[in-house]
Amino acid sequence: MKKVKITPEVVAEHGLSEKEYEIICDRLGRAPNITELGIFSVMWSEHCSYKSSRRHLKKMLTKGKRVIQGPGENAGVIDIDDGDAIIFKMESHNHPSYIEPFQGAATGVGGIMRDVFTMGARPIANLNALRFGEPSHPKTKSLVAGVVHGIGAYGNCVGVPTVGGETNFHRGYNDNILVNAMCVGHAKQDKVFYSAAKGVGNPIFYVGSKTGRDGIHGATMASAEFDDDSDAKRPTVQVGDPFTEKLLIEACMELMATDAIIAIQDMGAAGLTSSSIEMADKGGVGVKMNLDKVPQRETGMTPYEMMLSESQERMLMVLQPGKEHIAIEIFEKWDLDVAEVGITTDTGHLVLTHKSKTVCDIPIAPLGDDAPNLNRPYDPPKDLDVLYNDQIMDPVTRGTSYNAVVTTLITSPDIASKRWIWEQYDRSVMGDTVDSSNSGGDAAIVRIHGTNKAVAITTDCTPRYVTADAFEGGKQAVAETYRNLCSVGAEPIAITDCLNFGNPERKDVMGQFVRSIEGIDAACRALDYPVVSGNVSLYNETNGQAIPPTPAIGGVGLIKDLERFATLKGAKEGEHLVLLGKTDGWLGASLYAHLILGHAKSEAPLYAPPPVDLEAEKTAGTYVRRLIRDRRVSSVHDLSDGGLALAAIEMAFANGFGFELKGSADVPLYAWLFGEDQGRYLVSVEENSLNPVISTARTLNIPAQKVGTIGGSRLIATGGFDLSLQDTHMEYESWLPDYMAD
Amino acid sequence: MQSAVIVFPASNCDRDAATALEKVTGRKPLMVWHEETTLPKVDFVVIPGGFSYGDYLRSGAIAARSPIVRDIVKKAGDGLPVAGFCNGFQILTEAGLLPGALMRNKGLRFVCRPQKLQIVNGDTMFTKAYKGITEVTYPIAHFDGNYYADNDTLRELRKSGRIVFKYIDNPNGSLNDIAGICNEAGNVLGMMPHPERAVDPLICDSGRGGTDGIALFKSVLEAVR
Repeated sequence: MKKVKITPEVVAEHGLSEKEYEIICDRLGRAPNITELGIFSVMWSEHCSYKSSRRHLKKMLTKGKRVIQGPGENAGVIDIDDGDAIIFKMESHNHPSYIEPFQGAATGVGGIMRDVFTMGARPIANLNALRFGEPSHPKTKSLVAGVVHGIGAYGNCVGVPTVGGETNFHRGYNDNILVNAMCVGHAKQDKVFYSAAKGVGNPIFYVGSKTGRDGIHGATMASAEFDDDSDAKRPTVQVGDPFTEKLLIEACMELMATDAIIAIQDMGAAGLTSSSIEMADKGGVGVKMNLDKVPQRETGMTPYEMMLSESQERMLMVLQPGKEHIAIEIFEKWDLDVAEVGITTDTGHLVLTHKSKTVCDIPIAPLGDDAPNLNRPYDPPKDLDVLYNDQIMDPVTRGTSYNAVVTTLITSPDIASKRWIWEQYDRSVMGDTVDSSNSGGDAAIVRIHGTNKAVAITTDCTPRYVTADAFEGGKQAVAETYRNLCSVGAEPIAITDCLNFGNPERKDVMGQFVRSIEGIDAACRALDYPVVSGNVSLYNETNGQAIPPTPAIGGVGLIKDLERFATLKGAKEGEHLVLLGKTDGWLGASLYAHLILGHAKSEAPLYAPPPVDLEAEKTAGTYVRRLIRDRRVSSVHDLSDGGLALAAIEMAFANGFGFELKGSADVPLYAWLFGEDQGRYLVSVEENSLNPVISTARTLNIPAQKVGTIGGSRLIATGGFDLSLQDTHMEYESWLPDYMAD
Repeated sequence: MQSAVIVFPASNCDRDAATALEKVTGRKPLMVWHEETTLPKVDFVVIPGGFSYGDYLRSGAIAARSPIVRDIVKKAGDGLPVAGFCNGFQILTEAGLLPGALMRNKGLRFVCRPQKLQIVNGDTMFTKAYKGITEVTYPIAHFDGNYYADNDTLRELRKSGRIVFKYIDNPNGSLNDIAGICNEAGNVLGMMPHPERAVDPLICDSGRGGTDGIALFKSVLEAVR
C-alpha cells in the first residue's frame, strides 16, 4: 500500500475546510494520516455532525411525561404503560434512492429498522413518506416502481408490516426525490439497550455481514489514489440483504434476552467509524481495535476503506467479559459473522491497528466536542398575502362545474388512491395490524402483541403549505399528525421528524429550515407532544434548484383499549355527518387553489396557507378522543387536502354509502366544500347522538354543525356536485395504476 | 392436539402460525428448528410463510433440502397431517410432496390484499369444519404465487378433488385459479393464502370479519382427534 500524502486537495476532497484541518492538526499535535483524515471527515460531515442544524435542533421540546429517551440515541423511546416501551424514528435515504431506487429505498428501510432493534425493540411497523417528481417527468415512473419495489422487497422479507405513509408528486422533486422511512418497535422498558460503552477492558464484538467496499462515500477518488490494488471504483450506494437483516434481528433479540450486552450500536452512516466513536464517546472510554479481525468480504481492504465502508446489516457491541461465548453461540447458530475486534480502554483514544502497525491514534473527545457548529446566516421567508374568498369566482361562473372540480381533485396525483403502492407491501404479517393503508384511514393501528392495546402511527407533511409559509407549514405538519392520531382515538405521545431541505449555505433555504423548526416546536409545545428522534437531510437540490421544504413528521399515539377506537369505516346509512372545528373557507395554498385556480403553475407561492390555531387544535382533538371513548361516533375522518368535500368522499369510499351535504349561508359554497381550515374533523353520528355531540362541542367552544346525512349511492352537495359513488370511486382508484401501466 | 411449526432462517409467519394454532387448539405448538433431523411426536405440522433462506435460488428450494424437511417428507408418507402456507406451499412443491410449481406473479409485483376464495373441496381434513360454507376471505401476501402444473397433473388434480381452494378474481395468474391443493392421500395441504392471519375479528386487514381461517385449523383438530 502506497502512503497517501495529505495535500490541500486531499483535504478539500474530504469536504474539510482549511480551518477544520488546522483544528485537526492542533488536536493531534501533528498532521493526520489518510485514515485519520477520513475519520475526521465523516464525523464532521453534515450527516454525522449536524453542523448546520445542531444549534437550531437544540431549541426543540424533547421532554415529556411519557418520554423515556429523547434525541441522541439510535431512536426515541416512549412509555406506553404496563412496562412497555415504543421505540421509533424516521430517516431519509434520498440521494441513494434517486441514484439507484431499488437498493436506495431497500437499504433505507433496513437502516431505520436497525436503529430500532439495536435498542432492544422488535420492529412491529414500517411506514414511508415518499415525494416524487411530477408524473410527466421521464424519470418519475421508473423511480416510483423502483422505490416501491425496494421498500416492499426489504420489509416483506424481514416480515415487518408496512402499514402506512404518504406519497406526493411535484416538479420540485424531479431531480431529487425523497424517501423517508419510519420504523416503530416494541420493547419492555427494562430491556431497552443503549450505546454508551461503559467500563474499561470490555470486549468489543462485530456481528452481522462482512465489510465490503460498498458505500464508501465520496472518498472513492481518494481511495483509488492510495490503493494500487483497487481496480475499480465501487458504487457508493449500499446493497441491502433483508435475509441477513432478518437473521440479525432474531440473533440480537436472542442475545438481548440474556445479560451479556453492555452497549450496542448499529453501523449506519460512516459504519465502523461512527459506531465505535459514538459508543466510546458516550461511555467516556477509549477504544482499541484490530482491523485484521474485521470480517471482510473482499481482499486487500485498507484501514481507510474498512473504517468508512457502509456495508449493511452490521452491528457493534460491547459485551460483559466472560459472556463472549453466549454471543458467539447465538450468532453462529444464525449463520452470521461474529468477531471480537477490540477492547474498551482508559486512554480516551481511538487506536486502530492493521497488520501489526498502528494506523490511527486520535483522541475521541475532539471528534464530538470540536465538531463544527455553524451559525449559518439566513433570511426568514416573507409573509404572503391572504387569499380572500371575494377575490375568487364560483367555479360555475369560471366555466367549470362542481362535478368537474371534484373529479379533478379526486384524480389528482396527490389525492388519488395509492393502492398500487401499498398492495406491494405486506401489511398483515405479524398478525397485529388492526388498520392500515387498506382502509384509507388517518393513522395505522398496530396492536401490541398479546395485549388489548395498540399504537397509532401516521406520517404527514404538506409541502405546499411549508413552501408558502415555513413556520405555519411546520406547525401544520405536526398538527396534522396530532389530528390523525386523535381521529382513531389515540392519545398523541411524541413525534419523530425527518427534515428535508435544500442547500443550507443559501440564506433563503436556511431561512425555511429555521422557521420550519420554530413552527414544529411551537406545535410540539402547545400540544405537549415532544420530538424524540429524527434526522436532517440537507443539500437536496440539483443545479441550484432546491426541493420544496419538506419536514416530514411521524407521530405515534396510544390506544389504551382496542374496544374503543375509530376508523373511517363504521358509518351506517341514515346517520348524520357532523363537522367539528371552525370553517372560514380558507383557500390560500389549498389543493383547490393549486389545481382549479391554477396557482400550482406559479414558480413562487402566491398566498398564505391556512394558519393553525394550536389551542383550538388541542381542544378539538381532546373532544374527538372523548367522543370515540364514549362511543358517540361511528366513524371519524380529519379534514385536510381538499377540505370537507374530499373528507366526506373518502369516508363514503370506505363505507360504501353516499351522502348529501348542505352548505352554510356564511361561506361561499366552493370555499365551504374545499377550504382547508385547520383543526377540523368530520364524524358520523346516529340520530340520538346528534344533539348531544353538537351541544357538548359548543359548551367547549368548538364550532359544530350538522353538514349532511349518509345514505344512497350518490355523492351530493346541494347546489354543487352530484356524482355516482361507484364511478367516482373507480376514477379515484384508476389514476395510479393507469399511470404506471402506460 | 399437539402441533409443530417449522422455523427456517427468515421464516416470518412462524409466530402468526403459532398464535393461530394456540388459539384454536388451546396448546402452544412446538417450534422446530430447521437443522433438527427428526420431528418430535406431533399430530400436525405447519410449514409457515416467509422467505426461508432469503428465497435465494428459488422460493422454497433450499428449505426443501433442509434436514427437517427430509423427516417431514417421510412422516407425511406415513399419513402425518402437514400444511404449508405461502412459502410453506412453495417448500412443499420443491420437496415433491405436492405437484406443480409456484412462479412469479403474473403482474410481476408482490401482492398483499384480502383475497376471496372458493372452497372447492369441503370434504378434506382441512376444510370439513366449514360445513358447507364455500366462500372465505384470507389475506394473501406473496410474489411467487402463480401456480403452474402440466395439463395431465391439472386434470388429475381436478378429477381427484385435490384442488381445495380457488381464487375468486385471480390475483397472480395461477392456472385454473388454483390457490391451494392437497396430495393424493389428502393429508398434505399447500396454499398461498394465509388462513393463520385470519383468526381474529380485530385484525381488519385480514378482510371480512377476519376469522375465516379458524375453521381450517378446527377441521384438522377434529380430524386427528
